[in-house]
Order: sequence, then structure tokens, then C-alpha cells
Amino acid sequence: MSAAQETGSEVRRDGLHHVAPGREALIGSRGGRRPSRGGEVVPPAEFRSYYGRAVIKPPVWKAHNIAGYLFLGGVAGGAALLAAGADLTGRPGMRRAARLISASATGLSLSVLTRDLGRPERAVHMLRVVKPTSPMSIGTWLLGGFSPLVAVAALGEMSAALPRRAADLVGLLARPSGLAATAVAPAITTYTGALIANTAVPVWHESHRELPYLFGASALAAAGGLVTATTPAREAAPARLAGIVGSVAAQVFDRAIHRRLGMVAEPLTGGRPGRLLRASRWCARAGTALLAASAMRHSRALDVAGGLALAAESALTKFGYFHAGTASAADPKYTVLPQRERAEAAQ
Amino acid sequence: MTEKLLEGTKDPAPDSGYPQPPRRMGFFTDTSVCIGCKACEVACKEWNLIPDDGFSLLGMSYDNTGMLGADTWRHVAFIEQDRPLGRQNNAVALMPTGPSASAPNALMVAAGLGEEHGARLGTETGAIQLEPNTDGKPRQPVSADGRTELRWLMASDVCKHCTHAACLDVCPTGSLFRTEFGTVVVQEDICNGCGYCVPACPYGVIDQRKDDGRVWKCTLCYDRMSDGQEPACAKACPTESIQYGPLDELRERAAHRVARLHDAGVADARLYGADPDDGVGGTGAFFLLLDKPEVYGFPPDPVVTTRDLPAMWRHTLFAAVAVAATALAAFAGARR
Ligand code: SF4
Ligand code: SF4
Repeated sequence: MSAAQETGSEVRRDGLHHVAPGREALIGSRGGRRPSRGGEVVPPAEFRSYYGRAVIKPPVWKAHNIAGYLFLGGVAGGAALLAAGADLTGRPGMRRAARLISASATGLSLSVLTRDLGRPERAVHMLRVVKPTSPMSIGTWLLGGFSPLVAVAALGEMSAALPRRAADLVGLLARPSGLAATAVAPAITTYTGALIANTAVPVWHESHRELPYLFGASALAAAGGLVTATTPAREAAPARLAGIVGSVAAQVFDRAIHRRLGMVAEPLTGGRPGRLLRASRWCARAGTALLAASAMRHSRALDVAGGLALAAESALTKFGYFHAGTASAADPKYTVLPQRERAEAAQ
Repeated sequence: MTEKLLEGTKDPAPDSGYPQPPRRMGFFTDTSVCIGCKACEVACKEWNLIPDDGFSLLGMSYDNTGMLGADTWRHVAFIEQDRPLGRQNNAVALMPTGPSASAPNALMVAAGLGEEHGARLGTETGAIQLEPNTDGKPRQPVSADGRTELRWLMASDVCKHCTHAACLDVCPTGSLFRTEFGTVVVQEDICNGCGYCVPACPYGVIDQRKDDGRVWKCTLCYDRMSDGQEPACAKACPTESIQYGPLDELRERAAHRVARLHDAGVADARLYGADPDDGVGGTGAFFLLLDKPEVYGFPPDPVVTTRDLPAMWRHTLFAAVAVAATALAAFAGARR
């Protein structure tokens, strides 16, 4: 079918042909008054929007599921690394704690991720494709490889409860599985940054350079903290160190985001996200101080308090960034103003 | 690899694996002839069997639809501005502009809209202040009885069927796909409601239907197109504000139209989404607007989020290496 048949009109070199007359009505052409001279348009100082409505759609994800996963996924990945390290350096208490934490965090992650789907029974549809353009697709495959490995490693810690045959098999597989999990564990902690940055949400997208580092560091803080809190004090040194370094690094990247985002960082400081992130900073200070003290004294009480503080820091950071993103999506200001500036700079 | 990373680099259909696709089809929505009859909204609902999305009075001029969403695939926007339209002298008695006039009204509207979509109504919609006359006296209203200028902008919004469609790029199930006509369609039997496409769309088009869990949006009437029919909204539009056809032809027609409007004194007329070099590679549904895009609720300079994805993956990888190295260092550095 030619274009002319499809649409009833065609565009030729010399212009339009067979155009319906109504189509060419010219608005304003009947008016008598000439437009007055002189600039009557005063450029509005503020940005404009359609009745103050959001331009983009805020995420439909539930905070307790998806922000929860941002935290849990970090714990799972970080703890898997610590478990492998403990395994190799002969720290059975820490290995046991880290493996169990990693496996439970992974299990919880899978459960909240599935629960957040609009159609949970279709979760397997994620396995139809492998799409490098979708961090969610890549993340699904990463988790798909990671989960069985950490599950087997954790079963290795529970062999007493297993039938003999299974216990033998698991005993054989636990170490290789735990070590293999470290191949994907670091990516599990950082890809979540790309996951939320790869959207039109202003706070998330604008911080796409820093988010993977922030989330990776925050994951180390959380995993280090939780593993420290559940490990005998004399074995916990590496977990403490990982927690402290992760926490300090997370605070550095958080600052960097605030600085670079300029006006778009506003949702990170105001309202609920601001409160969450301020609380996260206090937890970071308390947690690092307590763990540093425990590094000298090897005190179980300090370890538990400091470790939980670092885990809380990480959770508060993730929830803070999640809510800040939602707030920045709901206000047209953060979509329109930066784009308007960019458009004007390009002209 | 990075070029192929983005779905549809230049011409979406061949890039998506159709060896010999038909011409790319699209919409040209000429808002300068829109009369706000909402026939498109109704035709779309009827043809696509879309459930109602609530019956609310929003207080946004004649717009009681609100915005595009899972149950609204065409949305007619109404903007009242106290400025003349071209050379017309269309004085109307003090029409309210901008926000809802009374506080109770504004409250009711805010409740109806819901907080997450920005309930603080009343942002400046683009009214202008009149400068003093050249002789220094303040400018008088157009007529002695206190009437003033008014122009009423109406625009029928729709999914843009982007050349680089963020929704399509991020969909982890392959539910969103590119049709042979270069449009973007959701397969409702595949979508698992992960919701990733919702915040990914730079125009806020696609949304989740709450009681259903899946996402929905304009298909450009894929079923009708496949039969050589024009989409329901274009068919219903009485002023041909919505024009359907091969995209290259529509773009040419739109350029003619803008030139004619400029000649007629409508200096503000501009095309939106017709430039193949913009942040989404040009849209399959583009618009002729009479004011800045943000006045109609469009983003002024949208960019497909996956344009920055190669950088994101790079940083993700570096960060993962840094995490692994830190864990290693923690064991190396820790004394017993
Ligand atoms: S406008 Fe939004 S929903 Fe439509 S194709 Fe573009 S990204 Fe997808
Ligand atoms: S909600 Fe449905 S269409 Fe949207 S990204 Fe998820 S699976 Fe794809």
C-alpha cells in the first residue's frame, strides 16, 4: 500500500497534495489586530509545569521490598566474601556466622523481590531473556548463580541436622561453593546502584557514577557489621576492618553525591530521606567508633553494638536514597529545571 | 558493542531484527488545531477496552483525566493563558488561570490527584505579565469592560514510541517489544509487573494497573495497524489534530505546518520530538506545540536513561573490584 492510499495525502517535492482542507486551518489568521511590537513576554523566573504535576512516573516499587532488597542484597554479597575469607584463613566461627547470614539474606532477597512483582507467579518470566540493557535482567542472572552456591555453603554449617549421605555430599561441596560464590558476590553488592540509576528518576540517574561505589561500600559496612556482631570476638578482626572501611567509604561517596548533584540533591536533605540519611550518619559514627574500640579490647559487647550500628547505617542509607528518588520523581522541578538548563545551554 | 547495547540505534525496526519491515508509522499531533473534544480519549478507551480511571473533577481547566497512565492512553491537556493567540483578538471575561480558584476546591483536587503524582497544584502555567505601553502608560485590557486576553492550549498526549525506548531497554522479561512498524508494545501475557519500565520512561507514560499488577500503555493500535487501519484516536479526531502515517512523511508535513504558522504570526509554534538527534533519537509520536514543552507536562529535554548505561556498568565493575579488594585487604590487614 502506498503512502497516499494509507493517509489520503502525500508529500511531494513541491509540497503537500490531496490534503483535506480542514487540516490547513490556520489559527489566529482571521484576527484583525496585528501583534504589538516590543517584547511583551517577561520570562518567568520560575520553572513552569502542567499544574505542578510530576513529569515522570514515580517508581511503583514498595519501599520495604525494594529498598529492603538494596540492603539485603548488599548483606548477602558482602557476607559471602567474608565467609570465603574466614574459610581460607581458618576462622570457623566467623565462617559459620557469615555463611548463615549470607544465605538468609539471599533467601529474604528472593522473597521480597518476588513479592514486589505485580504478578509474582510470573517471576520465572525473568528467565526468558538475558538483556545487558536491563540491570534487572543481569541482576536476576547474577542472583540465580549466587543463590544455590551460598545455600550449599550454608548447608555445610548445618550438616549435623542433615541425613548422613546428604551431610557428606554437602561437606564436600561447601568450600568450593562458598569460594565460587565470591566470583559474583562483589557484583551483587554494586549492581543495585546501576539498577536504580538506570531510570529517569532525577536523584538516582544523576548519581549513576557514584551509586555503585556507595552501595558496594555500604554493603561492606552492613555485612562487616552483622558478621562482627555474630562472631567470637577473637576471630572478628577482618569483619570489623571491612565494616569500618566500608562505612567510611560510604560516607565519602554520600558526600560526593550531595556535592555533585547540586539542586537535584535537595530531596536527599529534606523530609523523610533527609532524616534517614542524617540518622545513617550518626549510626556510622557510632558504629565505627565502637568497632575501633573493640579492635583494641576484643569486647563482645562492643562488637554487637558497633556491628548492629553499621548494619543500621547501611539500611538507613538505602532507604534514604530510595525515598529521595521517589520524592525527586514526584516533583516536576527536578525533571524540568535541569533539562531546561541543558536545552538552553545547547542552543 | 555499546551501539548495539541500545535497542534501535537509528531505524528501530531493522535494528530489532526485522529484515524487511514496513515503513515506520507514527503520530503527528498538531495541537494548534486541537479543540479539546476528547474524542481521542473516548475512542481509545472503547477500542482498547480500557477500564475507567475514576470519575473526578480535577480543577485543571477542562482536564478531568489528569495524566497518562495504565488506564489512560490518550490524555488531553488544557492550559489557559492570558496572552493572545496569533493575531486573534479572543477576549474572554476574566477566566481563571492556573491553580484551582478556591481553597476547598484545591484541597479536593489535591486529594483526587494523590500525593505521589505531585498534589501541590497551582504552578505557573505560563501566564505573562503585560509590559507598559511604549508611551509609558500601563497597558489596558483589550476591551473596556475589563475583559482580558486568553488563549486556551489543548494537546492530546500519548506514548511517544521512542526510537530509543527506555521502557523497552530495561524490561527484564522481554514483555515490551518493538513491532515491525517501529512502535513499542507490551505483551500482556508476558509482563510480570516488575515495574522497572515505569520510572524508566522519561515521559511518565507507562504505568502499572493496580488491581491487575501488569503495566499498560498505548500500542498505537497494533491490532488495527496490522490490518491497514489507522489507530482509533486518529480515526476519531474531528480536526485531524491527530494524524497517523509513515513517520518520514509526517515529519515533512509538520515542518510545512510550522512554517505556515510562523507566517501567520504564531511565533511560538515548535515541533517536539521530531528531531532524530534528540536524547531519545526522535519519537514515533511527535507534537506541534504552541509553548514550551513543560507547560504541557512534557520533559523539555528527555534523554533515554540507557544512554548512560555503559558508564553505569563500567562503574559497577570498578566498584565490584574495589569491594573484592577491600575484603581481601581486610583479611590481609587484620591481626588475630
Ligand atoms: S514514551 Fe515512554 S512508554 Fe512510550 S516508548 Fe518512550 S519510553 Fe516507552
Ligand atoms: S513491568 Fe512488565 S513491561 Fe514493565 S519492565 Fe517489568 S516485565 Fe517489562
